[in-house]
Amino acid sequence: MSDQSPLLRLESISKQYPGCLANDNVSLIIKSGEIHALLGENGAGKSTLVKIIYGLLKPSSGQLYWKGKPLHVDGPSAARALGIGMVFQHFSLFEALTVAENIALGLDEHIPEKQLHEKITQVSHAYGLPLEPKREVHSLSVGERQRIEIVRCLLQNPQLLIMDEPTSVLTPQEVQTLFATLTKLSKEGCAILYISHKLDEIKQLCEAATILRDGAVVAECDPRQETAQSLARLMIGTTPEIISAASSGLDKTMLSVRNLSIKSTEAFGTDLSDISFQVNAGEILGIAGVAGNGQTELLNVLSGETLTAATSIEINNQPCGNLSPVARRQLGMAYVPENRLGHGAVPSMDLIENTILTGYKKQKLINKLGIDIKASHDITKSIRDGFKVKSSGAEDEAQSLSGGNLQKFIVGREITQKPELLILGQPTWGVDAGSAAAIHQQIIQLAQSGVAVLIISQDLDELLTLSNKIAVISAGHLSEFKPVETVDAESLGLLMGSAAIEETHVTQA
Amino acid sequence: MNIEAYIPVLITVINAATPLLLAALGELVVEKSGVLNLGVEGMMLMGAVAGFAITIVTGSAILGLAAAICAGALMALIFGFLTLTLLSNQVATGLALTLFGVGLSALIGVNFVGTPVDALPKLVIPVLSDIPILGPLLFGHDALVYFSIAMVFVINYWLYKTRSGLKLRAVGESHEAAHALGHHVIRIRYMAVIFGGMMAGLAGAFLSLSYTPMWVENMSAGRGWIALALVVFASWKTGRVLLGAYLFGGITIMQLFLQGMGVNIPSQILSMLPYLVTILVLVLISRDSSKISSAAPASLGKIFHPTQ
Repeated sequence: MSDQSPLLRLESISKQYPGCLANDNVSLIIKSGEIHALLGENGAGKSTLVKIIYGLLKPSSGQLYWKGKPLHVDGPSAARALGIGMVFQHFSLFEALTVAENIALGLDEHIPEKQLHEKITQVSHAYGLPLEPKREVHSLSVGERQRIEIVRCLLQNPQLLIMDEPTSVLTPQEVQTLFATLTKLSKEGCAILYISHKLDEIKQLCEAATILRDGAVVAECDPRQETAQSLARLMIGTTPEIISAASSGLDKTMLSVRNLSIKSTEAFGTDLSDISFQVNAGEILGIAGVAGNGQTELLNVLSGETLTAATSIEINNQPCGNLSPVARRQLGMAYVPENRLGHGAVPSMDLIENTILTGYKKQKLINKLGIDIKASHDITKSIRDGFKVKSSGAEDEAQSLSGGNLQKFIVGREITQKPELLILGQPTWGVDAGSAAAIHQQIIQLAQSGVAVLIISQDLDELLTLSNKIAVISAGHLSEFKPVETVDAESLGLLMGSAAIEETHVTQA
Repeated sequence: MNIEAYIPVLITVINAATPLLLAALGELVVEKSGVLNLGVEGMMLMGAVAGFAITIVTGSAILGLAAAICAGALMALIFGFLTLTLLSNQVATGLALTLFGVGLSALIGVNFVGTPVDALPKLVIPVLSDIPILGPLLFGHDALVYFSIAMVFVINYWLYKTRSGLKLRAVGESHEAAHALGHHVIRIRYMAVIFGGMMAGLAGAFLSLSYTPMWVENMSAGRGWIALALVVFASWKTGRVLLGAYLFGGITIMQLFLQGMGVNIPSQILSMLPYLVTILVLVLISRDSSKISSAAPASLGKIFHPTQ
């Protein structure tokens, strides 16, 4: 086989955007039946590169070869015709349509409804990906949604399957099922291009890896021969800081939530039912869970975006369930929303204005004459310096910053307000490993100085490193908080399935 | 009670409902593709004046209808070019299109005010039309009435049973995802917008050639807006558009009759009735915002700009 031309060869692919070189002279070889990892931090150019392969973007220069012949992909249909399938990072699914309709949209020939249903059932059974063709997508879990995408690709007998960060939204058990499917596919001769920044997964699954940094290939290796540390070094360029564990809590309750039940206002939202917990000063509590299980609703009600009965929530022993976010901030709360643009910052306002918006009362940025421009400037500057926010100046619009930079700015802004209680939603979502380590360090320091911290995140590793106690939210129910020493990824993963949650509720009741 | 006395009333209800049904069906398809075109009123007026003028000039109602369809399509094309190619705001552009249509139709129609025209021929079928009650109710209308009802079924079948209909719904649901799968978002939306314009043009022609066979400035009198409200009222479902159109047609005729019967309510209030009901229905429907947002196409009114 090795003498034959490889399945796909990329030669000196570059992609130039205005002011940014997303791919710089990338060359890559994928052989048939190989599971090939494309490894890199956020913003390293992985997604751009696969979009070029799938025909969604045109390279500025360079050439692709498919089985040795020059390849011109005009669009996704052309790519699919060749046998290239892709599972997107943010799923390309239509919530209001059924499973079968979603799959039909990704196929190029028209298959009559009945035949399609049969085919879906057949393929999904063959690969252990059970699906009901008639269900509407909004009623499905994230894992089930991903199955749709995979089945959609499998129906076209792909020779190359591209998977863009497929495990970022799955429970550990779902990840293992996915890996079994991928291994089976690769044994059947289908090549898989697997994009991720999770090193353990790549070591477990892949037989070859190409590592990107700042758009260029920095290394090619066999991940099975490397350690997680050596891969991380290649990916980041430096050795990541090792984080020390957090201290345990003090005897002062900062946040207490009692019997909180909320009906969701979103079309496909999750209702919260009977949630109770408390966070003490100096401790870090983590809430894990798969997206869409009530995290957004819980964050909204804790921050004051959704109001509820006054006594359901107490900050600093003051009932505040019916108070606005500003009033809660005055009680000592600071808040990092899960959504950076739109909730965490106003996209079209500059950093100074965004600093004023959450800190104006506590940091006294508004005096009798109006905005204290100098003080606002100084605080913004100290956030930028202290948290290493890369921006050309304090007058940059929030939306012009990269995701990771903006996140550092928002976390920095909240920490600078010297809160007694810090609530974070997805603090390092989409943030590269270097910045994430910096944010984690800040959170731990904050807890050590006696601040109560609550983290709601989908990233289990993050929660396991940072938290003193962890609970799982599933279908709007919160499990009991358990000390981090007594849990591991597997036991938490089981709790993320709703069946396990019901069990705990029975035992509690 | 003599049922036959009510037959003419029911027939006028059918006539009042038909333009609403045509325009609302067109707008339904447009909105299903994720585009909000508030220019229905303007497109209807252009259809009305074009249909009327060409019928007078050529003496052919067929050519008149064709002209109305073209006028609606052209207006829609302007809207499509502005919002889909130049990415302008859909709400503002739609409002501008209505204002433009009102003005331009008045300008074109200035020489036609007061000119009489033969109404569209009625499809009279001997024997069948003579059946008591059912005969006049089911037969003896002009072709557009039958066309509008047939379109309810055609559009419903097309949207939910064909591949191109599925693509249209997909584009309206998530243009990003549709684009990622390689569907031509902009092309599909152009087609939908133009179809909406054709239907609105036809609705206008029904007004000026059949409902009241003459041209009066601003003769659509807010029906374009009612058609827009109907789409929301129907929660983007074809069958309910039919129901809604006949309900609003009925209310329009009812207020005329109440006025005729000399009910002791000021006629101005009665004339407001269809519009008051529109507002009332919209308020009632939007009380539960989650219902609206789950029925509405998720990309409705959002600008699509693919990265290259």
